Amino acid sequence: MSSKSGSGAREPLVHLSRRASISPLKAWGIRGAAILLGLLACGLAAFLLIEKLQQSPEKIGDFYYSFIRGSFSTSRKLWKFLKNTSILLCISLALTPAFRMRFWNTGGEGQTLVGVLGAIAVAFYLGGKIPEWLLLLLMLAAALLSGALWGVIPALFRARWGTNETLFTLMMNYVATYLVSYFLVIWVPSGSSSLGKLKYGKLPQVYNEHLLIILIVVALTAGLYIYLNYTKHGYEISVVGESVRTAQYIGINERKVIVRTMILSGALCGLAGYLIAAGADQTVTVNSAGGQGFTGILVSWLGKFNPLMMILTAALIQLLNQGAGQISQDFGVNNALPNVIIGIVLFFIIGSEFFINYEIHFRRSGRKESAGRAVK
Amino acid sequence: MNIWLNFLIDSLAFGAVFIYGSTGEILTEKAGHLNLGIPGIMCMGGAGGCLVLNAIGKSALPPFVIVTLGILGALAFAMLCGGIYAFLTVTLRANQNVTGLTLTTFGVGLSKVIMTKLDTVVYLVSTRDYFRWPFAGRKDSLQLLGVLFFLAIAVALISSWVLFRTKTGLHLRAVGENPGTADAVGINVTRYKYLATLIGSGIAGLGGLYYIIDYMASQEAYLSVEAWGWLSIALVIFALWRPHMTIIGSTVFGILFSLGSFITNVSWIKVTMATIPLLKMLPYVVTILVLIISSIRNKRENQPPASLGLSYFREER
Amino acid sequence: MALQMRGITKRFGSVLANDHVDLDVYQGEILAILGENGCGKTTLMNMIAGIYFPDEGQILIDGREVVIRSPKDAFEHKIGMIHQHFKLVDLFTAAENIVLGVEEEGRYNPKNVVSRVREIAERYGFQLDPGKKIYDMSVSEKQTVEIIKVLYRGADILILDEPTAVLTPQEITRLFAVLRRMKEDGKSIIIITHKLNEVLEVSDRVAILRKGQHIATVNTAEMDESKLTYMMVGRRISLNIDRKEPADAVPRLVVQGLNLSSGEGIRVLKDITFTANGGEILGIAGIAGSGQRELLESIAGLQPVESGSIVFYNPKKDKPVTFFHKSMKKVRELAAEGAFHDREGKPVSFQGQSTAQIRKRVESGEVLFNEDEMMNLRNRTPLEIRQLGIHLSFVPEDRLGMGLVGNMDITDNMMLRSYRKGPHGFLDRKGPRAQAEQIIRELEVSTPGPSTTVRKLSGGNVQKVLVGREIAYAPKVLMAAYPVRGLDIGSSYTIYHLLNRQKEAGVAVIFVGEDLDVLLALCDRIMVINGGAVTGIVDARSATKEEIGLLMTRTERREEVREA
Repeated sequence: MSSKSGSGAREPLVHLSRRASISPLKAWGIRGAAILLGLLACGLAAFLLIEKLQQSPEKIGDFYYSFIRGSFSTSRKLWKFLKNTSILLCISLALTPAFRMRFWNTGGEGQTLVGVLGAIAVAFYLGGKIPEWLLLLLMLAAALLSGALWGVIPALFRARWGTNETLFTLMMNYVATYLVSYFLVIWVPSGSSSLGKLKYGKLPQVYNEHLLIILIVVALTAGLYIYLNYTKHGYEISVVGESVRTAQYIGINERKVIVRTMILSGALCGLAGYLIAAGADQTVTVNSAGGQGFTGILVSWLGKFNPLMMILTAALIQLLNQGAGQISQDFGVNNALPNVIIGIVLFFIIGSEFFINYEIHFRRSGRKESAGRAVK
Repeated sequence: MNIWLNFLIDSLAFGAVFIYGSTGEILTEKAGHLNLGIPGIMCMGGAGGCLVLNAIGKSALPPFVIVTLGILGALAFAMLCGGIYAFLTVTLRANQNVTGLTLTTFGVGLSKVIMTKLDTVVYLVSTRDYFRWPFAGRKDSLQLLGVLFFLAIAVALISSWVLFRTKTGLHLRAVGENPGTADAVGINVTRYKYLATLIGSGIAGLGGLYYIIDYMASQEAYLSVEAWGWLSIALVIFALWRPHMTIIGSTVFGILFSLGSFITNVSWIKVTMATIPLLKMLPYVVTILVLIISSIRNKRENQPPASLGLSYFREER
Repeated sequence: MALQMRGITKRFGSVLANDHVDLDVYQGEILAILGENGCGKTTLMNMIAGIYFPDEGQILIDGREVVIRSPKDAFEHKIGMIHQHFKLVDLFTAAENIVLGVEEEGRYNPKNVVSRVREIAERYGFQLDPGKKIYDMSVSEKQTVEIIKVLYRGADILILDEPTAVLTPQEITRLFAVLRRMKEDGKSIIIITHKLNEVLEVSDRVAILRKGQHIATVNTAEMDESKLTYMMVGRRISLNIDRKEPADAVPRLVVQGLNLSSGEGIRVLKDITFTANGGEILGIAGIAGSGQRELLESIAGLQPVESGSIVFYNPKKDKPVTFFHKSMKKVRELAAEGAFHDREGKPVSFQGQSTAQIRKRVESGEVLFNEDEMMNLRNRTPLEIRQLGIHLSFVPEDRLGMGLVGNMDITDNMMLRSYRKGPHGFLDRKGPRAQAEQIIRELEVSTPGPSTTVRKLSGGNVQKVLVGREIAYAPKVLMAAYPVRGLDIGSSYTIYHLLNRQKEAGVAVIFVGEDLDVLLALCDRIMVINGGAVTGIVDARSATKEEIGLLMTRTERREEVREA
């Protein structure tokens, strides 16, 4: 490990430095290349995992075509694609204000789930006893409040004592899960723990059952984009996220901003829960959020915390998801395949960020570029 | 055997799953890396072990060799996943949370794809008793205390010893606390980060194998491994980043988790079904309380490693 | 001869940090490296310690040429450096930090380490508990750990970078005793410093550096303070800064008896008392880390002080009330307190009047203040200061970590001060954008436009944006900490010019600087601080560099030397 004499130490083969800037075109080129490489790797993985492909390798074309078919072959699939993308996007949007503030909210799953639970609780107790429109409003209020509560608890502790929010919000997910199990046991005396579809509290249909959800999320995207970029609150969030010292310097109370932003983040997760509860499922299970609280983190991060860019990343994830679902159907593999495909493609995208942020210099021949350059 | 004692041993045995998961996570976190990929890694460890056992389960190899190869399979798969994580977060300085979550998505998915291809009779039924040595065949829960259970205890104790009693451990903790300082005194930060992540992942992977082959020994067992992975991450906080503490913590978690199903079988305790989810919620609530209390008390020794979650890049020094 | 440097040259970009420096270090001596801030002392030593690699020149140890590329190489040649910023793991004990990274024979045994540390400590007279955690330690103890860390690795040549900057006088005495014992033990000690008294007290020889060049190495015994100062600062350079006589300077900020302690319990400001006048530039001189930053941050409301007062004095008597500085709410409150009168001298009461009526009366200019305003800013947050209607601008030392947000564009950085304006929740970017464009135009900021991220600008342009914004805030008090640090000549003059214009407009300017020539040419008065205490306030027109240099190293206050 130790080189004995001074002259034994050489400059390393590669030398890294942060890029001062990169043209957006080049950055997107790198990301695009990463996605293509990722899909290529998926193809290789498919040969390992899918017997039908091993038997007849020429079907690799079908493999890739399934990505298109999964979302676009029928109008039903297309609507499903749009609706699922919307709900995923909704959760991702909800997490984004927190991320912009460098508050690592890994609790989207739980905040969404309690949103579903809140809405369904209202529908369960009040359904049929009050007018449907009032019920829907109360469900919305319950969902927003539950989500906000779930978000603000870790925020209060972080603001006051600096409690690690990543781990706190992560734990809150499981508290939410078992809270749902608890209510299911209470609500379903039979012991099956399956509530079934409720009769009341369903969002009205606009054209079809999906369009309203999509429109709500489109409006939310625009609204959040404006909130983050054009309002004083959004500006404060960015300043706190970039530098707490600057925030103090100009007199922003960063604790207040943290709490306020997490109320918003949690409430918007609650909204996603409401869309799931009143717009789609009309019931609650421990899987109502379906891992989208976690996927939402990836969507938000991949979209650079920019709501407009997140439309694309949410769509990409959903495209892979439905495409791989189609593949598992077509090729008879386990329905967990989408996770593998998404994982592989994301690995490549995550890795590609390095090449966007850093420049790699290879050792030049001749003498050292002063060993100290590396130290400041 | 007394049903209470039986229950306790069962909880202890269950706890070994978390010992593996959280000891692995602690080693990684001590190097400054929050690996949220642990649930995926545990699943992959389980799948890797089962894949190997599926190939050799019915062979004439001596049981000792079969067990060893099964363990090596689990280590190999888990460390491969750890390698992906380490390459992305250490070498490519990717965001740790995002990478970890992706790894969990990937690992859980892939393990399911693999497990459905395997033959339960070969990988499980024919090898189970080898793993349950020395108590194989007993009717009570003592049978659960097999090779991998004792290995778990050993791993936790050895990890604590290495972390807190050896120079290697001192260097590793320095890397996680203050990589700049470690780098300045000539510690190879990258090497320590890689080793901690790889070894930690390998250890965590054994937890998956243990749960599937020994503790549950059922066809559907692999479906719950992910949940135990998350619980393991919680246990790290509960154990205050000390591997030996995971032995106590995991037993407590094990008791709380099994208590629900247990007390309903004890006729003289009157509990409603609704109590069970609340009992299962307790480990997480307790973990949150530990997190809050340790942040309020602000005792320096009980905090997460100071550079946890941050990438290290020398030119920023 | 322990170590020789021959023709050492180091450049950073276009800056020549060391210019063909020759230096000899003997065995068993204490050599002081003396020079002003930025003269290249630390850079030179960093090349022996393996932090930097020289562009040209040779380093010889015991007569043989060596190559030192890393701190590890330096240790192998028995050279160790104690940096100004300690590199320690807070959570570890002293012994653990000391042994960190050392490759030793045999098994690691904490007990052996502890006993070896004790042994070293006793040998040289250090006071250290090897089992104590770093986070429980004072700065002096941390320094001890760093020194033992170097000794533990067997260093024979020890380099200490400004070792006394953070110590109390008692601790300094103790440190010097230790250094002398190490010298007797045959070690070579190099201390980097700019404190003359310490040079005279502890060193055997002193090497003087000025602007990257080695001026001379002399025997300390033959020197005195004024000789050293002369060699250190050189001749006074005449700078072409247009300085006007202050026009009717009035007290604006009156600071009295200000005390502040750092988080570690060390007093960083001691009984600071001074007055900053409107229409005048008050310079603050002192060695780095003498409390300059803490003083400005206390005034700006960023540090809670222990005692003392910071009074903002606003001559308002018989002047009209405006909504520029006072909100409607504040005007109502003041009126209720009876703070206003009209042109006839009768008290003004807004009792029972509508907002529109009040607005009309105030805007007509007929509402006048009864008396001057005096507001104590002590322990008010920046927001509260602003809400009092006080325009206090602050150009902090840490431009991108505090004054500006590096990842935001120029327009958004303009908004830092003004974003709260306007009744609704939306941002108004038009004003800030116009302001950004104006600053870019007037201060000749070279940038593609106001939407450029500040981080991408060069140092000089970053500073122009920051100073430009703070001036655009129409301040009554403008504080600037090292506003020309790292800037080229052109940008520096832009900044001097801006400060002068503010002064002429009646602003009280407080300028913390490090280049004495600039301080003397730019300021009206110069306050010198050392160790958190004021050691003198001098008239910049008549004072000399030597005089200020002496004050910078003095510990007791010399009353108002030739105050104008």
